[in-house]
Amino acid sequence: MSEMMTGAQIVLKALQDQGVEHIFGYPGGAVLPIYDEIFQQDAVEHILVRHEQGATHAAEGYARSTGKPGVVLVTSGPGATNAVTGLTDALMDSIPMVCITGQVATHLIGNDAFQEADTVGITRPCTKHNYLVKSADDLPRILHEAFQVATTGRPGPVVVDIPKDVQFAEAKYMRPAAVEHKTYKPQLKGDIEAIYTAVDLISKAKKPVFYTGGGVINSGPQASQLLREFVKLTGFPITSTLMGLGAFPSADPQWLGMLGMHGTYEANLAMHDCDVMINIGARFDDRITGRLDAFSPNSKKIHIDIDPSSINKNVMADVPIIGDVAHVLEDMLRVWKSRAAEPDKKALADWWTEIEAWRARKCLAYRKDTKAIKPQYAVERLYELTKGPNTYITTEVGQHQMWAAQYYRFEEPNRWMTSGGLGTMGYGIPAAVGVQVAHPDALVIDIAGEASVLMTMQEISTAVQYRLPVKIFILNNEYMGMVRQWQELLHGGRYSSSYSEALPDFVKLAEAYGATGIRAEKPDELDDAIRKMMQTKGPVIFDCIVTKDENCFPMIPSGAAHNDMLLADDQGLDVEVSDAGKVMV
Amino acid sequence: MTTQEQINTHTISVLVDNEAGVLARVIGLFSGRGYNIDSLTVAEVDDGAHTSRITVVTTGTPMVIEQIKAQLGRLVPVHRVVDLTVETDSVERELALIKVSGKGEARVEALRMSEAFRARVVDATPDSFVFELTGRTEKIDAFIGLMRPLGLKEVSRTGVAAIARGAEAM
Repeated sequence: MSEMMTGAQIVLKALQDQGVEHIFGYPGGAVLPIYDEIFQQDAVEHILVRHEQGATHAAEGYARSTGKPGVVLVTSGPGATNAVTGLTDALMDSIPMVCITGQVATHLIGNDAFQEADTVGITRPCTKHNYLVKSADDLPRILHEAFQVATTGRPGPVVVDIPKDVQFAEAKYMRPAAVEHKTYKPQLKGDIEAIYTAVDLISKAKKPVFYTGGGVINSGPQASQLLREFVKLTGFPITSTLMGLGAFPSADPQWLGMLGMHGTYEANLAMHDCDVMINIGARFDDRITGRLDAFSPNSKKIHIDIDPSSINKNVMADVPIIGDVAHVLEDMLRVWKSRAAEPDKKALADWWTEIEAWRARKCLAYRKDTKAIKPQYAVERLYELTKGPNTYITTEVGQHQMWAAQYYRFEEPNRWMTSGGLGTMGYGIPAAVGVQVAHPDALVIDIAGEASVLMTMQEISTAVQYRLPVKIFILNNEYMGMVRQWQELLHGGRYSSSYSEALPDFVKLAEAYGATGIRAEKPDELDDAIRKMMQTKGPVIFDCIVTKDENCFPMIPSGAAHNDMLLADDQGLDVEVSDAGKVMV
Repeated sequence: MTTQEQINTHTISVLVDNEAGVLARVIGLFSGRGYNIDSLTVAEVDDGAHTSRITVVTTGTPMVIEQIKAQLGRLVPVHRVVDLTVETDSVERELALIKVSGKGEARVEALRMSEAFRARVVDATPDSFVFELTGRTEKIDAFIGLMRPLGLKEVSRTGVAAIARGAEAM
């Protein structure tokens, strides 16, 4: 392999050797040599987005739905700065992504050249790692390292910034197998002593709960299988974070629903009252814990995480296990079986009785309306009419996202793409584009809000260009609903700038893009409209007009404890929120 | 955490690949996550292996210190992180250059003090000295305190360099 290639050729060769089939990007002056190489080959298909943020979210959707890294190609300066939101989003949600950015020629760096930005400086805090490639000789190694870093350990985004002269310069190519990183070696196997302790604790638990997160999804389908096996063996209740939905089937009676700020009553109370908490691939985020000093006060906590910095960050773990979820669960199951361990069945039966009483509150019940479409009803009907193993859901961020998490149900991992950590409005359409590129025959639906969806609406044009039949299902309540809900709760109902004024006609907007627009305004026309959406071949924007003032329940007000939840039948939001709670986001 | 916990000072040694931007990564981590840097020293220590050693003196609750170490360990170019305050017995040294100006009795007193502290005179004019002093941070603080009434003009300090005692390498 001593053949000389240009930097741009090396980029394409490395992408092919890494098994990349699709990249999402937008051309510009500093990446023209790479685009020229893309033009001259067929192995890697380029999807032209309409804004670089769209490229990053599309890559996230692609990655989240396949387990493969999402690849982005953007130009220098504004191309790179526009990618920053998506990079940060991928960092927060641990999504494997490689983002190649063009840079001005090496001799111009630091000169305030046209479209120059300090890309490695700007992206340093929002990537897992980044590189400025100063010589074409380093390019093959750096590209392969970038894929290794992005996809292994706790996955994340990696930026490779390539100056234009490096794209033209010639160097020798090197295959991925020849590259091994000097320092980066994530730990996959968990400490066996800690696993023994954990198994011991689990077998003695009287009020146990599994609390699982995105780490299970990231660990791969095998991790979900092992989780299911372990949960079945123990008979314990299980809840999950927003990011972990689908790892355990929601149809299973052991499933308590999502936990956290808008989680179910039974999941949050089980977390609060449990005596052994088995955290698998979740990070005790503030949306989950609520008030930290009142968080699950009487439990021993087992925490499995591949990232050592997640351990003891917010909540002290009694049994920390650093390792990959699938590896650790495999060992745990082996130990459990070899010891012929049994759960405390008597205690467990009592625990389930308690849980069933909480479940009987039916915290997700809502008042039906015959005249107007309730947003919860819209998601319920959407679920009933579109569910299946080949359906993928993305969301924007806000009330609709929480309703989607509560009322759409997932039986398999990798079917649910949402911006959890960063909470990026505008994630859903481009993410749906990325999912549909990876799964051309799947039904891909973005459950959206009318405000979020306008942030990246231009990506409908991408969907039309590549004949990606994504369905954008907008719960249109003419409000930034979650902002409005918080203003009702915390700011005396003064709805400062949260009303979506001057909205476009979404049906006409769809038509203007060359997509199909559908509107539903009454509950009795909803089912037919959803069926029509599914029968439509191309992309659809579905404008679902819903009640305007609906609040998202259950809710743990910020700064409150798990056993301090607001339920829908508590009538309104006249609660006192502590000063400490008010400063929380 | 809402509970009041003990704030401790820790000296942490970090062995890193000496590549572009590595110091910025470490500093950015501290500023981005709101950790303190009391002192920081960095230099290449092995030109063959291209490794640099960063010594950070930082303060925080036990939970924060543990986070700092975990976050440092997570940086891709980091080889090793050692908490010299907790894991080993260590030697810590700092070098300071201290400029003092004065005449008469104050000048004589400054020189006498410098001898007591084993500081070296590295520059002298008829009305000034520059002293070079190495030692633990407390020793340098003490010397600077003594120089203040004697015409202290300027101080330049390296920050702490530290190494574990005994035969073991980090």
